[in-house]
Amino acid sequence: MAITTPMRFRQAIVQALADEMRADSTVMLFGEDVAQAEGPFKTSEGLLTEFGPLRIRDTPISEMGFTGAAVGAAIMGMRPVIEIMFMEFLGVALDQLVTEAAKMRYLSNGKLSVPMVVRASVGSGLGFGCQHSQTLENWVAATPGLKVVCPSDAQSAYSLTRSAIQDPDPVIVLEPRILYAERGDVDTSLVLPIGKARVLRKGNEITVVSLGQMVNVARRAIETSALDVELIDLATVVPWDRETVLTSVKKTGRLIVVEEAPQSGGWGSEIVAAATSELFCQLKGAPFRITTPDVPVPYSGVLEARFVPTADDIARQLIESLKTGTTPKSWWELEGLK
Amino acid sequence: MSAELERRRAVQEDAIAQYERMIEIREFEGQINGLFASGSIRGTTHLCLGQEALAVGLASVLRPTDIVSATYRGHGIALALGLSPESVLGEIMGKTIGCCGGVGGSMHLSNMELGLLPTSAIIGGGMPIAAGAALSFQVRKTDDVAVAVFGDGATNIGAFHETLNLAAIWNLPVVFICDNNVYGEYSRINTTTPLEDLHMRADSYKMPHFALDGMDIAQVQKGVTEAVIRARSNGGPTLIEAKTYRFAGHSRADQALYRPEGELEKWEKRDPIKLTEEALIASGALNPQRIIEIKSEMKTTIEKVVATCQDSPEPNLASMFQNIFTPANVGRS
Repeated sequence: MAITTPMRFRQAIVQALADEMRADSTVMLFGEDVAQAEGPFKTSEGLLTEFGPLRIRDTPISEMGFTGAAVGAAIMGMRPVIEIMFMEFLGVALDQLVTEAAKMRYLSNGKLSVPMVVRASVGSGLGFGCQHSQTLENWVAATPGLKVVCPSDAQSAYSLTRSAIQDPDPVIVLEPRILYAERGDVDTSLVLPIGKARVLRKGNEITVVSLGQMVNVARRAIETSALDVELIDLATVVPWDRETVLTSVKKTGRLIVVEEAPQSGGWGSEIVAAATSELFCQLKGAPFRITTPDVPVPYSGVLEARFVPTADDIARQLIESLKTGTTPKSWWELEGLK
Repeated sequence: MSAELERRRAVQEDAIAQYERMIEIREFEGQINGLFASGSIRGTTHLCLGQEALAVGLASVLRPTDIVSATYRGHGIALALGLSPESVLGEIMGKTIGCCGGVGGSMHLSNMELGLLPTSAIIGGGMPIAAGAALSFQVRKTDDVAVAVFGDGATNIGAFHETLNLAAIWNLPVVFICDNNVYGEYSRINTTTPLEDLHMRADSYKMPHFALDGMDIAQVQKGVTEAVIRARSNGGPTLIEAKTYRFAGHSRADQALYRPEGELEKWEKRDPIKLTEEALIASGALNPQRIIEIKSEMKTTIEKVVATCQDSPEPNLASMFQNIFTPANVGRS
């Protein structure tokens, strides 16, 4: 029987980092305020004390510089983990990730690998405003050579962080900031491989695929709807688990993707396109996405709460799509806002 | 020892081999435009004519276990570090004989056995990576050093400043070498940068810095050695500015018509190959007759390299699907 320990999402990350650092002396962590201050979100609590200043380092506010340093250290055999405080701050460092890290294996004829991990906090809901609240999966999802994962609870935060550090290629771990304080049970022996989705709830009528903080919202919506829905936590955006998702859609004939990204260009488009192309004749209804609107994340609490898909709105769309066989309108269309 | 490591050892030990390597680079770069004209090379190239002393001088004082990050103007550094002319020209021609199997091209040369990271086509792109390599040496407590070679234009990009600051604050074993060839792409450095001596920028990071004559291989060796010794002995980073001159345009498309009249001619009087010949003749290591022979032999050698690369197969379609991710069974478990 599995032994589980209750802990917060952020503590699961600390635990994963510590367990990897104990297991492998090449693992190190650096980023802004991760050492002395133990992380702006307390995701490196106790690590400086245990592992010392050689392996746990504060950096200047220089994302390009320290992301590139992680690339170089990884090439030379270290397993650096870097923390990007807010995903937006990766903008100034994308060159190092997209143009350098992702290309090193290719440009060395397979001789180099870049076993680095970029951890970045993402997502809306905490009133940080439009420059500190985006999910931005699509910044990194369309670059062959990068892997992208996103945990949705303490267990996946622990297991995916460990898998990311063990992976021989660059992996970006998107950490939904709103989940840091959430509690969950963690089985430290449970492995979640990169590229494997989690079927969190079995069902036969509709397949719902979700990611990150939207997974729990989708779960609540499914419970409200009282429908027989299969809920899949995609967990890995690149390379996403086609087999698990398409097998489920083949069974249910219906696919709804619930994502926090804006409507245009989100990762869910890829899922919907693949299901539509590959399973067209087996579908009972048009696959569709429930997303945020194509607007910056608003600051006002009233607006931000409505910006992100709510359990009520997801439940409405689940029920309506099953009943009518058509794709429901988004809340902003219903409100005549777009 | 591989043939390429032998090539490296030759320039580490022997002044005549260093001269021969400079001639090799000159002959090699001299072939490139003709190969464009005949359709054997596509895209673009960035020649290092006039900058041979820096490439060879650097290679002669580093160990193969030291790490070099360099730029798209990298043919000379790759050859100097020991890559075979076939693996460099083959890559430029997109052939399987190339160091990257033909998928990289002129701007992306690498050989980790010789310490050359994949050269970057992004200004400043290799700088933080060199700092990261140095970080790994520091954490593992080896005495290897990392060297970042970059152009004068790179001193205006954020990566330069972030990397110098990081290297200084972490006291990393890294040597920054600014190859100031006077032009950043099509612009003369004084039109884009408010100071003449770029190495002064290291003052902002409390980092030792100096300029050297990049046309004189002895000066390159002396300066780089000083910085490398500092880095190996936990003394931290150094910024070196090597004053050189780009004899050709920025890239294939650039005829460099913007140069002030007489500037090229002035620098050609300090052609690094000419200076090296004078020094070797003065020391009695070479005589004028032998120099003529070396040049003639090298011309023949490079012509053979061209023929070998012409005969090398094109990559197969499967090669574009390789080396994007590590194969599944290779990761740490």
